[in-house]
Amino acid sequence: MIAAMALPPPDPEFVLRGTAAPVHTLHFSCRGQEPEFPILFSGSANGLVQIWNLKTHRVDKTMDGHGGKSVYWVETIHGRDGLLSQGRDQKICLWDLAEGRNVVTDSISVDSVGFCRCSLLKVAQDRWLIAMPANDPDEVQVLELPSKTSVCTLKPEAGAKLGMPMCLKLWQPGFGACPFLMAGYEDGSVILWNLSMGKMLSRLACHQEPVMSLDFDSEKAKGVSGSSEKVLSVWSLDEQQNLKVHKTHELINSGISDVTIRQDRKILATAGWDYHIRIFGWKKVKPLAVLDYHTATVHCVAFSDHSRPSERLLAAGSNDQRISIWSLYNQT
Amino acid sequence: MNKALGTGMKNTQWFLPSTPSFPCSWDRSCQCNSSSCLKVPIFCLVKIVDILEQFLREGGLSALMWEVCQQQAQAASPELQETLLNKVVCLPDHLSNKLQGENLPIFLPQNYFPLLGTEIIQVLQRISDSLRGGLDCSISFVSQVLGKVCVHGRRKEILSTLVPCLTDLTKSDCIWQRMCWRLVECVPDRWMEAVVCGFVQTAPGADVLSRLLGNLVVKNKKAQFVVTQKLLLLQYSCPTAMLQNLLGYLALDNSRRFLLLKVLQELMETWASSSAVKHSPVEQQLYISKAILICLSHLKDVEIDSHRQELFTCMMEGMKCHLDSNLPRIRCLGMIVAESISSRINTDGPILKFQYEEDDETRELKSLLTQMLSPPSVISPLDEGRKDSPSAVTEAELKPGRKPLAAACAVSEEGSDSELDSDDDFIPYDMSADKELKKTKAPLYIRDCIEVLTGPEDMDKWEATMRVLETLIQRNTAATQEVSVELAKVLLHLEEKTYIDDFVELRQKALVTVTITDPIPVAQYLTSQFYSMNYSLRQRMDILDVLALAAQELSRPKAPGKNKPSSIQTPCIQILPGSDSSKDWRKIVDERIKSKTRRFAKGQSQVELVCAPNKFSSVAGHFFFPLIQNFDRPLVTFDLLGDDHFVLGRLAHTLAILLYFAVNTVVAAAMGKALLEFVWALRFHTDSYVRQGLLSCISSTLLSVPSDRLLEDVTEELVETQAWLADVAEKDPDGDCRRLALQNLLLMENLKKKLETAPS
Repeated sequence: MIAAMALPPPDPEFVLRGTAAPVHTLHFSCRGQEPEFPILFSGSANGLVQIWNLKTHRVDKTMDGHGGKSVYWVETIHGRDGLLSQGRDQKICLWDLAEGRNVVTDSISVDSVGFCRCSLLKVAQDRWLIAMPANDPDEVQVLELPSKTSVCTLKPEAGAKLGMPMCLKLWQPGFGACPFLMAGYEDGSVILWNLSMGKMLSRLACHQEPVMSLDFDSEKAKGVSGSSEKVLSVWSLDEQQNLKVHKTHELINSGISDVTIRQDRKILATAGWDYHIRIFGWKKVKPLAVLDYHTATVHCVAFSDHSRPSERLLAAGSNDQRISIWSLYNQT
Repeated sequence: MNKALGTGMKNTQWFLPSTPSFPCSWDRSCQCNSSSCLKVPIFCLVKIVDILEQFLREGGLSALMWEVCQQQAQAASPELQETLLNKVVCLPDHLSNKLQGENLPIFLPQNYFPLLGTEIIQVLQRISDSLRGGLDCSISFVSQVLGKVCVHGRRKEILSTLVPCLTDLTKSDCIWQRMCWRLVECVPDRWMEAVVCGFVQTAPGADVLSRLLGNLVVKNKKAQFVVTQKLLLLQYSCPTAMLQNLLGYLALDNSRRFLLLKVLQELMETWASSSAVKHSPVEQQLYISKAILICLSHLKDVEIDSHRQELFTCMMEGMKCHLDSNLPRIRCLGMIVAESISSRINTDGPILKFQYEEDDETRELKSLLTQMLSPPSVISPLDEGRKDSPSAVTEAELKPGRKPLAAACAVSEEGSDSELDSDDDFIPYDMSADKELKKTKAPLYIRDCIEVLTGPEDMDKWEATMRVLETLIQRNTAATQEVSVELAKVLLHLEEKTYIDDFVELRQKALVTVTITDPIPVAQYLTSQFYSMNYSLRQRMDILDVLALAAQELSRPKAPGKNKPSSIQTPCIQILPGSDSSKDWRKIVDERIKSKTRRFAKGQSQVELVCAPNKFSSVAGHFFFPLIQNFDRPLVTFDLLGDDHFVLGRLAHTLAILLYFAVNTVVAAAMGKALLEFVWALRFHTDSYVRQGLLSCISSTLLSVPSDRLLEDVTEELVETQAWLADVAEKDPDGDCRRLALQNLLLMENLKKKLETAPS
């Protein structure tokens, strides 16, 4: 009945072409005041990080710092004056972008050869924590930036058989509070780590296959994870710091490479191996839209941080070398 | 006559001293009615009418009847009774004849007969009083009045007052019951039918009917004939409720149950007779099926046990001839009845189960079987209203009671997220495109397609090929023409190796597109295959469908350079004048065609906006003549004129379609002539579906062949056809056939008019 009345899914607002390689990661920076324009960072398989001007839809800058090895995580630091990028050359580069510069000022070497993306959390003015895979294949290391001192190394007990960490999410219940880490592992479980004690608080085996991506909403104490299976798993954290499955949503096709909750915690987007981007309402995980544009696996989805809700955008990067930009559910 | 009247008058005066006004009026009314030569002055007439009205208002009729009843107990003159009977029953007719426009309302039949009904109750009341007093009384005059009124077609009026009263009075009084039985029993045989039908129709339930009629059907041969034969087997107009009354009545008393079994036996014989299935109208078959199901619902297990073998034999026979029918509705009826019988006779073994589409009719039929005998409670029409309302109220009370509870549950479940229900603000987009992802690549060349379709089994690739085939053919006309026949052959023999949603449609579309791309060789191939050995009926019918659809595509004007058949166009001809009876396959094909089909309502098709040459004109012959050639040559596996009449029907329809699309072409005249001969050869076919096809053939002949050619070439055939059409329009048992024949006659009439007006 509803399907009969429903509107056809929208087309992309616009499409960014010219990465010349599969797009693996995207990050918006749109909070800048006028005359600064909204920009989008993209990292692609050819090792380039590109800065897209979202007014002109052109590439402003192309930065090569990973020796042609795929870039799979980028995130800004210091507003938009700094950028962290993680590449398959086992390096995390810190870029200085202030005043039109684009040089690598620092780099951290990562010993892991996995696919695990880092996670960054601002804990104080000019102080960040970064979680990244460590030397040992099943360990996660947390560093403080910019000092690069190790805060802790999270090592599962012997015999836990978690496999490698696949995705990380640093969070804290409130600004200044003790930070936590959500980590998804190769065996399909999601683990909550306490960073100050370096201790595993809860473990939830919510997938049969490796967890490809997760996101956590600290306000509702609810998170979502996707794996190479056909399910999207939504779990919650209770007061005793125990994770439990809240709901699972069956998908038509298997494989989710990325999942992101929008900053206002109303909708969430998933990037699918079936070339589709899916939008869900976050509260009940009600399917809202299936966006069909890409012709190859979608690797990443990102919501923009526009301060005006009506301008908010969704970007998706795909193996077909295109970045599609969508405008959805922006009415407040 | 006059003499008899005279004595009548005298006698009337003599035996009715209590109503002083009556003799005069009766006398006059008799006079003024029976002897029109006698001119009555107008004031006199008014006076008489006044008196007569007063007589009726004061209950004169009951007094009169009571008097006659009393007399009958002694001996009375039959002539007088006859006259009185006549006058009482025909009073409204006499008066309206006499008074014309100035008739009084009380003499109108719709008022008079209900009044007569209450008067009869009065008389019966008196009779019952006198019986209780030990006096003997005859009821036969009242019965005669009742019978005559009923036979005069006023049974609804009189019984609508009589039956409810009798229902109430007989509820607990055995004297009233006996009187009521007697009342019906005494009705003379020639009027019995009308009375019994009236009672069956008016009684609110089987139990009431049983109380009112008693064991009438056992005692009276005529009533038995009416109930067991006439109402069930010789006509089919009764509503279901009446059938339930009737059969319930038979089932209610042990002394009548043998009749129920007899009736069931006869119904089953009719149901299982292939000639009845073929020749009787669908409505009658529905009626008989209903009656069988109701009978089954009344049968007890013991009775079924003793008749199991008979029922089983009949079921097998009937099922066979029903499933043989071309009309889906009849097949469906057969399936339901057979299912029901098997569920009753096989208490422990496996039962029959068919697949058919559920609709209102099937549901109604099934409900008949499950309906048990209504509990023996008295439901007078008055009570019924009362009975309904409380149940409605309780339901209304119950429903909202449940809902808040459910809502509360939902709230408590979601209550933890006590925010505004923001999710629901987002309206989902259409997600129907979200299908399973297919990884295999479809072939890019026609030859590859043939290879995939004939080659080793790779299901994914095979499916992808099926989906892409139509567009490939359209895109690559030249390449297709090189392999067109081969491709058609592959497609025609293609079987569904793996399940695809719309395999049949995909295959058909591909075949149609091949035929359009290279019409002559493919049409030659297909038509030759239609008459060759070793094809299933399904394949043969596929050939017909493809030819019809291809003819349609070819005949449709297209914008130059645009080769792709546009499926958005919705111009309109209905080639197969819509009939409800053969929905099944036709529905499927029709719906498929509908979006692309033009329909003709009456006469000419609508003017198209785009003008282009009719591509069908040059190839129409290749489609048509090979098909019509061989219909009378039976093969070992395929006998059009015998068992495979379903295909013959389809063939007739297809030929009609082909000729329709050949309108305005040179070859149309020759096609029309051939088609009329074809129709003539088959005109007495027993299957109504075939006859429908033939009638469509005539329609397209009349519409497609130019009228002067019709007159020049086939005058004689036309005259013959007209005679046949008139015959069909009048006598054919199938409603659709009659309608089509009438339409054709209309077309002929138009043709004639056109010729007359045209300057010769």
